[in-house]
Amino acid sequence: MSIQVRNLRKTFGDFVALDDVSLDVPGGELVALLGPSGSGKTTLLRIIAGLEAADQGSIHFHGEDATVQPVRERQVGFVFQHYALFRHMSVFENVAFGLRVRPRADRPSEAEIRATVMGLLTLVQLDVLAKRRPSELSGGQRQRVALARALAVKPKVLLLDEPFGALDAKVRKELRRWLRRLHEEVHVTSVFVTHDQEEALEVSDRVVIMNEGRVEQSGTPEAVYEAPATPFVYGFLGDVNLFHGRLHQGRVSIGESELDAPEWSEVRNQVGQAFVRTYDVQLHGSPRNGALPAVVRHIHSFGPVVRVELELVHDRRTIEAHLSRHQYAQLAVTKDQRLYVVPTKVKVFAKDAT
Amino acid sequence: MTAIAFTRPATSAPRAIERATGEARWIRWTLTGIALAFLTLTLVLPLVLVFHEAFAKGLSAYLDAIREPDALSAARLTLLIASIAVPINLVFGVAAAWCISKFEFRGKYLLMTLIDLPFAVSPVISGMIFVLLFGMHGWFGSFLFDHDIKIIFAVPGMVLATTFVTAPFIARELIPLMQEQGTEEEEAAIVLGADGWQTFWRVTLPNIKWGLLYGLILCNARAMGEFGAVSVVSGHIRGETNTLPLHVEILYNEYSFAASFAVASVLTLLALVTLALKTIVEWQQRRAAAEQAAANDELERIAA
Repeated sequence: MSIQVRNLRKTFGDFVALDDVSLDVPGGELVALLGPSGSGKTTLLRIIAGLEAADQGSIHFHGEDATVQPVRERQVGFVFQHYALFRHMSVFENVAFGLRVRPRADRPSEAEIRATVMGLLTLVQLDVLAKRRPSELSGGQRQRVALARALAVKPKVLLLDEPFGALDAKVRKELRRWLRRLHEEVHVTSVFVTHDQEEALEVSDRVVIMNEGRVEQSGTPEAVYEAPATPFVYGFLGDVNLFHGRLHQGRVSIGESELDAPEWSEVRNQVGQAFVRTYDVQLHGSPRNGALPAVVRHIHSFGPVVRVELELVHDRRTIEAHLSRHQYAQLAVTKDQRLYVVPTKVKVFAKDAT
Repeated sequence: MTAIAFTRPATSAPRAIERATGEARWIRWTLTGIALAFLTLTLVLPLVLVFHEAFAKGLSAYLDAIREPDALSAARLTLLIASIAVPINLVFGVAAAWCISKFEFRGKYLLMTLIDLPFAVSPVISGMIFVLLFGMHGWFGSFLFDHDIKIIFAVPGMVLATTFVTAPFIARELIPLMQEQGTEEEEAAIVLGADGWQTFWRVTLPNIKWGLLYGLILCNARAMGEFGAVSVVSGHIRGETNTLPLHVEILYNEYSFAASFAVASVLTLLALVTLALKTIVEWQQRRAAAEQAAANDELERIAA
């Protein structure tokens, strides 16, 4: 079941939550809505679910207009950020709820309900806890109950609001992998909201990056990571350094050095921003052409990659460089040492493009 | 000896910093004493006195006083009024709390203030309002007279006054509870295909049942004990428009102290039963809340 979102607009008082948002979710895909808080991603998800009504625009499920369809007829599964499990019901009854509230005519028999619920609880590995109350479960277990409950009604679309937001790092990682596997098994069109770029890039088939009520970029995780379309996306996906300079006729000058920026050959004398991934920063022990002098401030040498924080001499801003252990050993980096920074791969934006 | 030398500093040192908010012993005892004396004077003594006076003329006089036809009729009327007023307030209170806590609308705060109105107004004034509306010379007086409908100095007026006075109890109890619970569970139910009724019966109501019961108990206690408002609209017709509290007053004014206190003791017993029920419900509520809090703590711990 594919989802088409067209020109959605939603305001809360003066606050514009969504500003002309369009989006396509192909059937069977797992899509991440990624953005900082206040970017409108949860509002978009709630409008797709029907929990919120848009001021303008339309939602189509598989080509059929669902814009004004009531929530309970949309056949969506929704997993809430704080799970919203029915606190007075057992795990079993929570999952059975969607089946029990059906009109008598298409309500499954007690035996069928039992079979469906136990099947789902087995799928989420909670069949032994069927009699427990939600308050007796851990966060990760509750999240899985919430998922099983949403899947029980055989939704056409599964929507998850910050599904791992309230879990600790280790459980989060496990559940991420598990969601990926589950999606491969069930293959229901799924949209999940997250503010964690790593989570979005790791789990989804496609990432939609949102900012201030607009879609900044959407594409596969590789595509958005390799070629961020806007300064915002660059900054948000992380592991990136920002150099401030001046753009003039295809050249950007940062401190004493100049770099090529051929795509801006038309621009004269503007403020420019140059983005450089942390692993595209080369460090040298001696001065050379085009290199920026910087002083080592901190060294984080745990893990496979050594992260070196440097303060640029010309504008006192901090940048981060990721070195392999080998490079780190070769350079023999020490604190307060003066090094020379050469960005090897640069993406430049003129300031007014932000 | 060495053992003592070692243990003493270990036990006395923590005691000094045991409680930063602690007070000297004599202050604690004085304050506790004052509080206890006050409680004895204002709560325990009257309670004892009611029963002492009630049995002043012996058990048979006591039984006669509460088995007397006028007393029985007053008890019946009290039960009748409570059995009408409490269900009305149950429906009204739940509906109002549901509206206020689960929806955003214009005039919400005005509605909340209105719900508190009966608490803010003196019960006598509440009674007067109904006399002014439905009394002989009231706004609807001539209309009611023409159609031979009696409200004031009759049972309908007493039901109205009691309903008005007891209106806030259930709503007041439920609003904070339902606000705290939020709307996520209801949203989850609706997404899963439940309609409004199913959501209410299967999700909302089970979540508020202890708070609702608590409100009901308080509402009932007040409905049976209400004096001021009911007194104004009742007309004090013996055997017809007398409730138990009014009957107590009449007997007292007629100098039948023992009978008066006997009937009062029935009301007092009712109060004691109410208190016992209230304690049980509060205990259940706390248990449910503690469960919820433990669950929330867990969530927060994980989130942090």
